[in-house]
Amino acid sequence: MNARSAFVAPAWQAVCAVDDIPRLGARRLRRDAGGDVALFRAADDHVFALLDRCPHLGGPLSQGIVFGHSVACPLHNWTIELADGCARAPDVGCTLAFAVRVEAGQVLLDAHELATRGLEATTATAP
Amino acid sequence: MKKMNLVLVGNGMAGVRVIEELLKLSPDLYDITVFGAEPHPNYNRILLSPVLAGEQTIDQIILNSWAWYAENRITLHAGRKVTSVDRVARVVRADDGTEAPYDRLLLCTGSNPFILPIPGRDLKGVIAYRDIADTNTMIETAQTHRHAVVIGGGLLGLEAANGLMRRGMDVTVVHGAGWLMERQLDDAAGALLQKSLEARGLRFLLDAQTESLLDDGHGRVRAVRFKDGSEIPADLVVMAVGIRPNTALAESMRLHCHRGIVVNDTMQTVTDARIYSVGECAAHRGVAYGLVAPLFEQAKVAANHLAQFGIGRYTGSVTSTKLKVTGIDLFSAGNFMGGAGTEEIVMSDPFGGVYKKLVIQDEKLVGAVLYGDTVDGSWYFKLLRDGRSVSDIRDRLMFGESNIGDTGHEGNKSAAAMPDTAEVCGCNGVSKGAICKAIKEKGLFTLEEVKKHTKASASCGSCTGLVEQILMFTAGGDYSAAPKKKAICACTDASHQEVRDAIRIHRHLTHAEVYDALGWRTPNGCASCRPAVNYYLVSTWPKEAKDDPQSRFINERSHANIQKDGTYSVIPRMWGGHTTPAELRRIADAVDKYRIPTVKVTGGQRIDLLGVKKEDLAAVWKDIGMPSGFAYAKSLRTVKTCVGSEWCRFGTQDSTQMGKDLERALWAMYAPHKVKLAVSGCPRNCAESGIKDVGVIGVDSGWEIYVGGNGGIKTEVAQFLCKVKTPAEVLEHAGAFLQLYREEGWYLERTLHYIGRVGLDHVKRRIVDDPAGRADLWARLQFALDGVPDPWIEPEKAQVDVRQFEAIPVTTETAVASAVARVQA
Repeated sequence: MNARSAFVAPAWQAVCAVDDIPRLGARRLRRDAGGDVALFRAADDHVFALLDRCPHLGGPLSQGIVFGHSVACPLHNWTIELADGCARAPDVGCTLAFAVRVEAGQVLLDAHELATRGLEATTATAP
Repeated sequence: MKKMNLVLVGNGMAGVRVIEELLKLSPDLYDITVFGAEPHPNYNRILLSPVLAGEQTIDQIILNSWAWYAENRITLHAGRKVTSVDRVARVVRADDGTEAPYDRLLLCTGSNPFILPIPGRDLKGVIAYRDIADTNTMIETAQTHRHAVVIGGGLLGLEAANGLMRRGMDVTVVHGAGWLMERQLDDAAGALLQKSLEARGLRFLLDAQTESLLDDGHGRVRAVRFKDGSEIPADLVVMAVGIRPNTALAESMRLHCHRGIVVNDTMQTVTDARIYSVGECAAHRGVAYGLVAPLFEQAKVAANHLAQFGIGRYTGSVTSTKLKVTGIDLFSAGNFMGGAGTEEIVMSDPFGGVYKKLVIQDEKLVGAVLYGDTVDGSWYFKLLRDGRSVSDIRDRLMFGESNIGDTGHEGNKSAAAMPDTAEVCGCNGVSKGAICKAIKEKGLFTLEEVKKHTKASASCGSCTGLVEQILMFTAGGDYSAAPKKKAICACTDASHQEVRDAIRIHRHLTHAEVYDALGWRTPNGCASCRPAVNYYLVSTWPKEAKDDPQSRFINERSHANIQKDGTYSVIPRMWGGHTTPAELRRIADAVDKYRIPTVKVTGGQRIDLLGVKKEDLAAVWKDIGMPSGFAYAKSLRTVKTCVGSEWCRFGTQDSTQMGKDLERALWAMYAPHKVKLAVSGCPRNCAESGIKDVGVIGVDSGWEIYVGGNGGIKTEVAQFLCKVKTPAEVLEHAGAFLQLYREEGWYLERTLHYIGRVGLDHVKRRIVDDPAGRADLWARLQFALDGVPDPWIEPEKAQVDVRQFEAIPVTTETAVASAVARVQA
């Protein structure tokens, strides 16, 4: 967590409905600055958000197979934990994880995190 | 609730492995206490030989550090030997008076070296080779003394002799039998081994009967005397004539012992169900195993029952042998001596230092000895354990391979002879040295572990044979491959075949039914098993089982091939490699319009558009207006053709039309793996039919059909299936063969490996010899493919989730504004 979040309450911003994300699947959030954010929906309807870049070679995690609370990167099959964005051992590395809340079927992300985190990352599929 | 007490007697590889497996399953069930006679934490006994040879240190072979015991809240009594167990009061007592009560007891007392009952066996300088203390004694003696005699020319004895020689001693190996390693090698291979070890400086006395060990007058050994009266000098004598299960404690507890502590299939002692025994001390169905792989299998079973899961039985193991002496490649397995009722295939090149013997009984491989070139050891071992008939490959059996590819590792065939810098895995750039290092430092024992930690053989798999050899070589003589039945992945114990069978027999139609019925440990599988199960469901019950796109790899979900930068490639179908000016114009226009960076002609006679952004995919498909080439799928890819009799002056048949007909009949055919076809119009074979899954070659009198070819990792020439007269027969035979493969193949198994597993004879019986069965197969394929929509032309009907092509826009500036507003408010 960055220093700011210790002092400022998250500014929750609705980005889509839970049902916009396929179960055991993902959608991409296209920000106007910074890399895409991948939204994942597990079988138990838990929703997670990670920067859409594998810590290995930058593969788009949103395109991977979701299982349990993990996703397999489509490029080299690293397993990334959805809760914290970290690779499962013996692989090592983490991608950014974003805070998520679900309220009344809507997926909410912290506007501040969206505006400030992972900006240096570019997304492969971005124009 | 108070936890139960689990006491482990024997702090070695077997016992600690049980604890590790138990902690994975049920970390909080027991308070665990461990007694070990040696004053060390658990170490890798197999690697004592490299320590002796000076290739590793004791610290490097520790498997579980002192900290590991503390972290897992295990009470460790190291250096305390358990002397008695009271089974009524359920208390363990050690030699220093330490006591520990138990609810469950695990006896892993291992084995003791057998000491020849000869005069002088108690002299100083006479030792066994079993533990760290013995190893240290040898290392110290090598610094101060010159003459070493190793009694026993088996695996352990030779490793000890090699190590002592490397430490600078003059070493003679005394062996009672006529050749070395007589329990693992036949006489010819034994002689080769002897020659090669002699060249390194070892001396051998075979058929030698040791009579006594002589005192130097100060209580230290001076010489070895033989029954014929001769003597040789010896400052150090290492007894390596065999091991005996250590059952002294168990016998004092009045547990039934016969060739070890007798246990049942759940590794419980037959006398007392509270007591388990695993490892070298345990006799399972009359066998006490001294190798690592069986012991780990036993540990899994014992842990499962200790964790009160109550599933899993140990049913015994087949084992193989590998000598850990640097630079010597040697492998043996099964009944390599042959005998009545067996047949032998022998290849012997004593000058080249290569010897291979295969023993066959009832058309099955029952034993193998390899010396010098052991790269096929794992393949032979697999054939041996699978027990499949080798009659159809008998003429090629000796030439081995199939396990090892041709490419990516410089054609190396001898793992031991490779330098540390040599690249083993050409996909991931992993050298032999890196693999050895990982095996030693991380304590790896299985191919899966090596794959995970080093990535060697984790991509194309062509170096799997080499990696297995390196593993056997480094992790040792005690390595033996995984059990015959291999689970799909860590989510389940079920094998591919068991899942296929269950889906067919019990008519499972959904993932959930399969996971329930076969006891999956995960709620929705993983990226390995889910695509496999999905394929088995839809291929077994076409039009009934519903396809699950989220269980498919991204390529089959987005109907395009993901590239390293996250963009996609688009390859439209060109029937039999034919296209038109109109199609080419539309392709050119789409390339311009969507700024597609690369246009490439593929090896399958089509055009590849590379670097298409995901959000453009659907529009590109629409604009080019051509069917999907399925170049991204485990399915029929392409039918490659030559121009054939329509144009070619040599052509005997219209291969292009035949190719188009095949492609139109088989497109959208999902299969266990990708499927490539080719049709050539004459035996010049310009379409390369010889290396395709199904290759068709036109001859003047009809068509020849070949199957199981492969031009990839392992270049393999297709095998002749049959010859037919008409194009309709080609369609039926090719289609029936592919349907058989679809119904029987395991997910990600190419036709080459499928045929390797079931045998070409089986395929011929079903396709060539059984016209009615062939017609049924062909009809089932046509039923499955009938009415399947093209995902590019009718994406909605093909249930393509088009939401994936749109990113959800989120405006961060407004977001910041609102965030700032909130802060200010």
